[in-house]
Amino acid sequence: MTELRHRGPTEKDLLQQQQESESEVRTDGEAPSDSEIKPDPGVPPTVDDTPEVLSKALSGMSSRWKNWWVRGILTLAMISFFFIIIYLGPMVLMMIVMEAHACLSVSLPVCVSVCLSLCRYFLLCVNYFFYGETVTDYFSALVQREEPLRILSKYHRFISFTLYLTGFCMFVLSLVKKHYRLQFYMFGWTHVTLLIVVTQSHLIIHNLFEGMIWFIVPISCVICNDIMAYMFGFFFGRTPLIKLSPKKTWEGFIGGFFATVVFGLLLSYVMAGWRYFVCPVEFNNDSNRFEVDCEPSDLFQLQDYTLPSVLQSLIGWETVRIYPFQIHSVALSAFASLMGPFGGFFASGFKRAFKIKDFANTIPGHGGIMDRFDCQYLMATFVNVYIGSFIRGPNPSRVMQQLLALRLDQQLHIFNTLRAHLIEKGLLSAIEEAA
Amino acid sequence: MTELRKRGGGDRDAENISDKDTDGEDRFGLGGEGDRDSKPDTDTPEVQPSVDNTPKCLNKALAGMSSRWKNWWIRGILTLTMISGFFLIIYMGPLPLMLMVLAIQIKCFQEIITIGYRVYHSYELPWFRTLSWYFLLCVNYFFYGETVAENFGNLVQRDEPLQFLVRYHRFISFALYLSGFCMFVLSLVKKHYRLQFYMFAWTHVTLLIVVSQSHLVIQNLFEGLIWFIVPISTVICNDITAYICGFFFGRTPLIKLSPKKTWEGFIGGFFSTVVFGFIFAYLLAQYNYFVCPVEYSESNSFLIDCEPSDLFVLQDYTLPSVLQTVLRWKTVKIYPFQIHSIALSTFASLIGPFGGFFASGFKRAFKIKDFADTIPGHGGIMDRFDCQYLVATFVHVYLTSFIRGPNPSKVLQQLLVLQPEQQLSIFNTLKSHLTETGMIPPAIRGP
Repeated sequence: MTELRHRGPTEKDLLQQQQESESEVRTDGEAPSDSEIKPDPGVPPTVDDTPEVLSKALSGMSSRWKNWWVRGILTLAMISFFFIIIYLGPMVLMMIVMEAHACLSVSLPVCVSVCLSLCRYFLLCVNYFFYGETVTDYFSALVQREEPLRILSKYHRFISFTLYLTGFCMFVLSLVKKHYRLQFYMFGWTHVTLLIVVTQSHLIIHNLFEGMIWFIVPISCVICNDIMAYMFGFFFGRTPLIKLSPKKTWEGFIGGFFATVVFGLLLSYVMAGWRYFVCPVEFNNDSNRFEVDCEPSDLFQLQDYTLPSVLQSLIGWETVRIYPFQIHSVALSAFASLMGPFGGFFASGFKRAFKIKDFANTIPGHGGIMDRFDCQYLMATFVNVYIGSFIRGPNPSRVMQQLLALRLDQQLHIFNTLRAHLIEKGLLSAIEEAA
Repeated sequence: MTELRKRGGGDRDAENISDKDTDGEDRFGLGGEGDRDSKPDTDTPEVQPSVDNTPKCLNKALAGMSSRWKNWWIRGILTLTMISGFFLIIYMGPLPLMLMVLAIQIKCFQEIITIGYRVYHSYELPWFRTLSWYFLLCVNYFFYGETVAENFGNLVQRDEPLQFLVRYHRFISFALYLSGFCMFVLSLVKKHYRLQFYMFAWTHVTLLIVVSQSHLVIQNLFEGLIWFIVPISTVICNDITAYICGFFFGRTPLIKLSPKKTWEGFIGGFFSTVVFGFIFAYLLAQYNYFVCPVEYSESNSFLIDCEPSDLFVLQDYTLPSVLQTVLRWKTVKIYPFQIHSIALSTFASLIGPFGGFFASGFKRAFKIKDFADTIPGHGGIMDRFDCQYLVATFVHVYLTSFIRGPNPSKVLQQLLVLQPEQQLSIFNTLKSHLTETGMIPPAIRGP
């Protein structure tokens, strides 16, 4: 959020100052690199996208407050939209994530028309690869039933690689004599964008399949951190945090941190009670729908914890009943508050580097979708790595698939080893086996 | 060797001339077209004249000849040296091979980063080189950790600290990468934002291309040395035979990007490489040393011994009638692997050159003659390996799609990590599956 973090000049004034100082710098002789791309011919001046109805309602106020209200209303609209979608279910969520990152890639202003089609083609290839992997993992029964799907899934990597190679060869053949460097830059740019945006969307979907709570809580924590840091900065902000974003302050940062941790604890307490959020999403072959029903794991069952003596004297309770998941949520919120802003700084630096105010004008008052999601990316990867390292092991259906793909003698060998292991652990008694 | 321009080959001198052409055109195009590409010409620092790295002894021995033949001889001798070195390391075993791949990867990375650094170093970007090497370290740590976890299961189980590292490997790698990311964000300096972002992207693309593919090469190696040797040899062979065919028969230029490549060289190289691959595969498939998967045994050493799989057992194939009339044989005994080698050689000859064109375009874009001057007569290591990258990825994808299934020990590892209920359910499904297929007689179930 580029809004005011401390009481000072309005956004516009700050931007003007910024531009002035940067043009001063330019005359000092930084010239060649930055004048390479003069005000990008492709980037239109900021268009005011605010819908008519809002403009009318707020016509009375001064522009500063009007801006504030527009942002506030849009924020509430987006949050409500988010909760409606959650209610509608995982399928819709998946589609929304796909749409969002498709928009993201398009909103980057620097892609020149020369390479635009190639950029889109690579985006298509990488998406095909990732979604194919998702489908193979989670919809295995559906895949086994349909013959064409089975072949596509069996040779999935090969097909994706072939598609990518075709794009690569087209790129090489399309190299035009005078524009080599630009074309290589576009190529590199496309790949880095794909790496950042698409990989992490894919990870978000993985998190979603683990249980909607793993999708909702991280995203909510980041949004909350944004809003809380802004509030704290607005009311208490004094000391600037980093040269890169002059409107961020230490007070906002720390206040946001504590507020987010508390919020995370409360939200996970509320959500962990509902199976809809807690169970892994499964695709039911018979009814051809998503099913979210299960026995909640230990993570989502209330347990007693003895408070450390420090807190005991403070709060006056000896034990407290919380979900173990809430402890994990503290880790997630801490990460969101501490690292999330780095994603924001990265995006700010990026916008400074290319002299753009916002990534696009999709959302009035907020800029493009990328502006809203810049803090989310690191979060998505972190949650995925966290789940993979600390929560769950490998995906059982995938292991089953791999098992069935092995040769029969290998399967037998594994079967025997597994049986010995289970008997050792007492899960299978030898007598049961013989029966 | 400028006269030989039309006749194929990979000569370096002639590229200079084409570079100059590009320069000249760019200068003319400066005002008129508003071409963004032309402006940066003024800020590209002068390309350093190539240093002659040829060792003294070679220079003396070839002192008498004209510079054209001298160059030819230097290239020839270095080629032979490199190929013999390659075979020597193969003989020494898997571990030296892995180290060699690692060394090559680091050198390639360094060459590309140096180019980027050179193009922009006059702006004194702080931290650029340190950060690049740090990211290289992180990504290598991640990949080699995965390799160790997969293939050195025995070693890992014995050591407590190693077990911990392996269990939380992804988390540790991610934390390392994040520190690098934060260092980058904190190092952003006001005047150099754009350059710093370019360098960040440059580093990441290089990592993507160079490091992930060398990791795939090592994965191929563990599948069996033959999957490592045959692809690399076919690419080298394609290079050499395309050059020779172009030298003798080259007339029609192949692509504007590399004016020295010709269609005759391309097609001649294709056929020779397929034949070479076929014969070479036949030779190698006989030895267990090349054919068996590399395993790390309990006794702290690499073990390459096994019962060769069906792929490496001679089988009879009936020739199609066309070939029967030509060769007058009815059946022929070949290894099934040789049929796969045709696919590999075809890919190496058809698509491998695209990697070379990509590298040529890259050199043109940044106005450099060679990636570096490491190898006399040949340029840098990246120059030698530019075609190999696509081939390495292809071989890996080919292996996983068509040849092997999942790795049984890896599947077992994953099984043992699952929750007990999940293990039970898998056990039951597996039992019914095996009973169905008759591997377990239903009546007898011993302890």
